[in-house]
Amino acid sequence: MDVLSHYLSLAIDSIFIQNILLASFLGMCSFLAISKKVETSFGLGLAVIFVNGITVPMNWLIHKYLLVPGALSWTGLAAVSDVDLSFLTFITFIATIAAMVQLVEMILDKFSPTLYQALGIFLPLIAVNCAILGSSLFMVERNYNFSESIVYGVSAGFGFFLAITTMATIRYKLKYSNVPDGLKGLGIAMILTGLISMAYMSFSGINL
Amino acid sequence: MKFFRNILDKAAPKFEKGGKLEKYYPIYEMADTFMFTPADVTEKGPHVRDSVDLKRSMIIVVLAMLPAFFFGLFNIGYQEDASRSIIENMLIGLYATLPILLVSYGVGGLWEVIFAVVRKHEINEGFLVTGFLIPMIVPPTTPLWMVAVATSFGVVIGKEIFGGTGYNIFNPALVTRAFLFFAYPSAISGDSVWTIVDGVSKATPLAVAAASEDVGGVTALIQNNYSFAELFYGFVPGSIGETSTLAILIGAFILIITKVANWRIMAGIMIGMTGIALLTNLLAGVSTNPMMDLTPQYHFVLGGFAFGMVFMATDPVSASQCDAGRWIYGILVGALVVVIRSMNPAFPEGMMLAILLGNAFSPMIDYIIVRKHIKRRQNRYAQ
Repeated sequence: MDVLSHYLSLAIDSIFIQNILLASFLGMCSFLAISKKVETSFGLGLAVIFVNGITVPMNWLIHKYLLVPGALSWTGLAAVSDVDLSFLTFITFIATIAAMVQLVEMILDKFSPTLYQALGIFLPLIAVNCAILGSSLFMVERNYNFSESIVYGVSAGFGFFLAITTMATIRYKLKYSNVPDGLKGLGIAMILTGLISMAYMSFSGINL
Repeated sequence: MKFFRNILDKAAPKFEKGGKLEKYYPIYEMADTFMFTPADVTEKGPHVRDSVDLKRSMIIVVLAMLPAFFFGLFNIGYQEDASRSIIENMLIGLYATLPILLVSYGVGGLWEVIFAVVRKHEINEGFLVTGFLIPMIVPPTTPLWMVAVATSFGVVIGKEIFGGTGYNIFNPALVTRAFLFFAYPSAISGDSVWTIVDGVSKATPLAVAAASEDVGGVTALIQNNYSFAELFYGFVPGSIGETSTLAILIGAFILIITKVANWRIMAGIMIGMTGIALLTNLLAGVSTNPMMDLTPQYHFVLGGFAFGMVFMATDPVSASQCDAGRWIYGILVGALVVVIRSMNPAFPEGMMLAILLGNAFSPMIDYIIVRKHIKRRQNRYAQ
């Protein structure tokens, strides 16, 4: 019971309170560009949940068994047992993310061509989405263990999904608004993002 | 009335096309349609045969707010010194509130006129309500310049840049209040902002319930001499509009009878609040959080819950637009209030923020329901 509620509060924390988009402002570029259409943002949101759920635990393993000082001691070789490779964190994480995205792309293409078609360009674009790299780095910073990193990866992705679909449906409604010419498109999207994150601030300060 | 009509008719040529003051036609139009039923007919669809236009329905909302407003005036004086007569208390309340009301109408109205003149649309009726809501939800001690800044933010960023009344995503009065809340937290929260006398601090009942340490929220309220009846009638510290649940319910009655506000939203909020509050009551035994202990009827009378439910969540523009969506939207807002109130120690007043979140999610609710309808019809005619 205790374990379950711990994971539940971690999930709620990363979906609402520390929402990767609206509290940390990571992944803004795809958020602003894709949220023009509801269908595509739904697809991108799903893809982010999927990729984030895989890369965060993956990076956790790499970080724990390859990168942190003394991580290589499991090899039993005295020469490498106290090597510190943590300066490679960023580049390895990015490489992992890119590799995972490629792998996911190939698997999807093979087994579910319809979903692959639906996601289209957004799947490869995830490789350069800072929300994904951000969640891996948060995972390191917050010292999650392996199972926590799985929960965190999925729920941070879900936070992205929720934020981008909310934004997309609001912009869908905005089609009928009378926005001044100079603010059409990105301008009003930035203002909307600010207003939505102001609403999300009602969660800030909750301590689960 | 004839006198006004004559003045308006005389002034009309100046404001019409080719006249000297052509640019300021929106101002003339506002004065004209505010006092008289306009002669022009609807040009674009849909055509509804009804004498109630936007201005009339907004005025009904303002009328419905009056009981709560007058009670609030009285209560400001009453909180300062309970021994005076009703009239004296009302005057003291008026003295504290009138500047805020004037600033809110003045600044907001100015922005309305500027946007209407520059962007060539009519002056929006919605501001009648927004300008009246703002003084009712801020503490009576808020500095006037803060009211002015927050009103400007609420009207311009919250409404005008989307095109004015009917196009906004968030309720402008709520944006105003949230702006005040996050930009100047010391002016809008704390114990000393609710009475107009310097140095006297009176915590709102909600703060009393949230701050109690050893006992549950209900016990803390009773220990501090806040009985349920007192909370219901509203003889407690709080912002001008929100203390008296009774006066607000009179307003709710007017709004529902005239069908200006949708009862489904209010009912949904009550259901959502009751459900989650009962759930937290179950958990109250294992938690030390005093707010968990509050029963639904206390949530109902405390803080801005009733006011937000009746006057702010029912805003027809920023709420969900379809009946099924209104239920979902209401339940969502009601549930969020209790969640924010009981889990977030920083904001014991969760109502305004919960409605703001509800506003953010309402387009999504509408979108999903409309898609469902389309799918069902497609299936029906597919064979």
